[in-house]
Amino acid sequence: MSLLELDGVKVHFPIKKGVLVDRTVGHVYAVDGVSLKVEAGETYGLVGESGCGKTTLGRSVLRLVDITEGSVVLDGTDLAKLPGEEMRRFRRRLQMVFQDPLGSLNPRQNIESILSEGMIAHGIGKDQEERREKIKAILDKVGLPSNALARYPHEFSGGQRQRIGIARALVLEPDVIICDEPVSALDVSVQAQVINLLEELQQELGLTYLVIAHDLAVVRHISDTIGVMYLGSLVEEAPSDALYAEPKHPYTKALMSAVPVPDPEVEDKRERILLTGDLPSPANPPSGCRFHTRCPWAQAERCATERPQLRDVGGGHRVACHYAEDIASGKLSLNQGEIVSATREGVDDNPETDTPAEDTPAEDAPAKVPAQAEKPAKDAPVAEADKASDADKASEAEKPAKADKPAQAEKPADGDKASEAEKPAKAEKPAEAEKVTKADEAV
Amino acid sequence: MSLLTVDELTVTFGGRGRKESRAVDGISFEVDQGQVVGLVGESGCGKSVTSLALMGLLPSKGLTIGGRAEFDGTDLFTMSPSARRDLRGSEMAMIFQDPLSSLNPVVPIGVQVTEILERHRGMKGEAARKEAAHLLDRVGIPDPTRRLKEYPHQLSGGMRQRALIAMAVACAPRLLIADEPTTALDVTIQAQILELLKELVDQEGTALLMITHDLGVVAGLCDQVNVLYAGKVVESAGRRELFAHPTHPYAHGLLGSIPRLDAPRGEPLNPIRGSINDRIAWADGCAFAPRCDRYEMGCLTGTPQLGEPRAAGHQVRCVNPVLDDAKAEEVPA
Repeated sequence: MSLLELDGVKVHFPIKKGVLVDRTVGHVYAVDGVSLKVEAGETYGLVGESGCGKTTLGRSVLRLVDITEGSVVLDGTDLAKLPGEEMRRFRRRLQMVFQDPLGSLNPRQNIESILSEGMIAHGIGKDQEERREKIKAILDKVGLPSNALARYPHEFSGGQRQRIGIARALVLEPDVIICDEPVSALDVSVQAQVINLLEELQQELGLTYLVIAHDLAVVRHISDTIGVMYLGSLVEEAPSDALYAEPKHPYTKALMSAVPVPDPEVEDKRERILLTGDLPSPANPPSGCRFHTRCPWAQAERCATERPQLRDVGGGHRVACHYAEDIASGKLSLNQGEIVSATREGVDDNPETDTPAEDTPAEDAPAKVPAQAEKPAKDAPVAEADKASDADKASEAEKPAKADKPAQAEKPADGDKASEAEKPAKAEKPAEAEKVTKADEAV
Repeated sequence: MSLLTVDELTVTFGGRGRKESRAVDGISFEVDQGQVVGLVGESGCGKSVTSLALMGLLPSKGLTIGGRAEFDGTDLFTMSPSARRDLRGSEMAMIFQDPLSSLNPVVPIGVQVTEILERHRGMKGEAARKEAAHLLDRVGIPDPTRRLKEYPHQLSGGMRQRALIAMAVACAPRLLIADEPTTALDVTIQAQILELLKELVDQEGTALLMITHDLGVVAGLCDQVNVLYAGKVVESAGRRELFAHPTHPYAHGLLGSIPRLDAPRGEPLNPIRGSINDRIAWADGCAFAPRCDRYEMGCLTGTPQLGEPRAAGHQVRCVNPVLDDAKAEEVPA
């Protein structure tokens, strides 16, 4: 049995109107029927864009918001039905790390006071002396100096504050830690420190995490299982690697394709699925499949009328789409939205462009000369030479890969040449480049 | 000759008895027509202050701006305020990070867009409204005539950013400065906005100065990338060169600390230790030295200069750069 099980959890917030009497005129369907299981010692990552209900779901597990329907079972106890005082005691086993490290720490309490508050509430430790010893041990674990005890939150940097937030959760020795956007407020270099810390602590203490984040790359890095949310419900759930290898739901596909990868080599080969429009209002969600209004593969029947349920498509991969198999096999074609290349067309430093040019010097040489002359004189010749040598290295390393994709090697080259030749006539450039690309794709 | 040439730009806050704080500490770069240049760095590296200084949007008191910035041959900092106003919005325009706080909440979108057309293009009345609708349509806002009458809060985040871009491109500027244009947006919306910016650059030949903390955004968009740390450019290279051979320990560390969607799971990240607060003044040595793994005594003898360790057009400000090809085996084949 799983440590934490959510079954059909719904959280609906009433929309009220009226001056004297509050009439409920509708509901915001923040979380609308989510079922998931978190195994002990694992990390479950919940991703989705703002407004998809992921934070509300996290808070509902702790009963920080009331659950409208459904059950949250931790270790055999249904939290949704626990009376207040019992729930309060149960919270020792469920702790939360919040997004905003400064906003979630009382600026007037020192660190010792912040960290011992929870311990006092749950009766951990006989006296302050014992609690202080324990806090010191935890501070050491999260990488803070023990002289931090007497200091106040404003004296720490963002990354250190988040460590305090993690320490506050840890002192209660919880079974499950819910991390709501644990790193999104931090700078990239500090993000990595906190991510590593979370992973180390998990290995050392056998913690179970429910990580809520909008950053797919972060979630993919730390999660064993990932659930993708859209407008209050899970649209796909799979082991981390399987989800990355083959996203099956159209929304997941679009989401993954939209995340930029910090590597030009990868970006040049990637394509983005552009969705049309914005997230619909959760107060008035679309009928049928919640995603059908923006789905590039939406079909006339079923999608708008029948709400797809999560179904297993093999290997623990669950997806809520009527046509997941047809989309995967390419039977259905795009009927809205578009697929674009991840890299800008006119970007002018593609080393691959020079490789084919060297193979066929006679025809290409004249075309290249004016292009080079246009560049600032200082870096032109050397940069060219260097690019060429780089390209050589790259092509040597990639020779087997390239052999079976000759079209790809040629594509950027032709596109680039075409655009360079026509630099003065800028208006025509993109159209021309597109033509060339298309022609190559046809080949 | 470049469209925008920035030479040793410095911005110092404080003075007059207060402790001075130098946000921008000698930044030089160039932006050509039709080129996308990136300024990348973490919070506090001076990237936004650079953009505000170039646009002339910093307050006139309480700070000093040094160095030179030439736009199309004219010095921006010695220009008269009225000439600067004529330039701003028509020749060079800016897209801000937070679309909600940079739009006036009590004025309809239409009025805010036509204001620019009236000021810079002398359009009036119906003609200006038509042009405004056309602009909104061009940046992909559906039903533009209706949207013109709406207020910013009635638009979604992506739509607001589009409206802001429409205002920025209203006079077909030659230089567009985008300060974190997608940071406040969700990734699927970010993809839409980036695509729009790409179109503008490729079709109009607009020069784009892209200011961001997201190296992923840079990888697909920029021609030349400048990595900033503590107010100085520490590495400058073409995007391929930078990502293939990050040579400054900071740039190298930054790339190593980003979780990548395409990386196999379970590989630990290599974070840079400490935080931006652990730094020393550039005058005493390398500001990054306290956090650097390659720190040596030479790092503390005077300001390191931008040098060319590997290739032309690739400059690095470091006395002990990551030059060896130890990195080569890490580069995915």
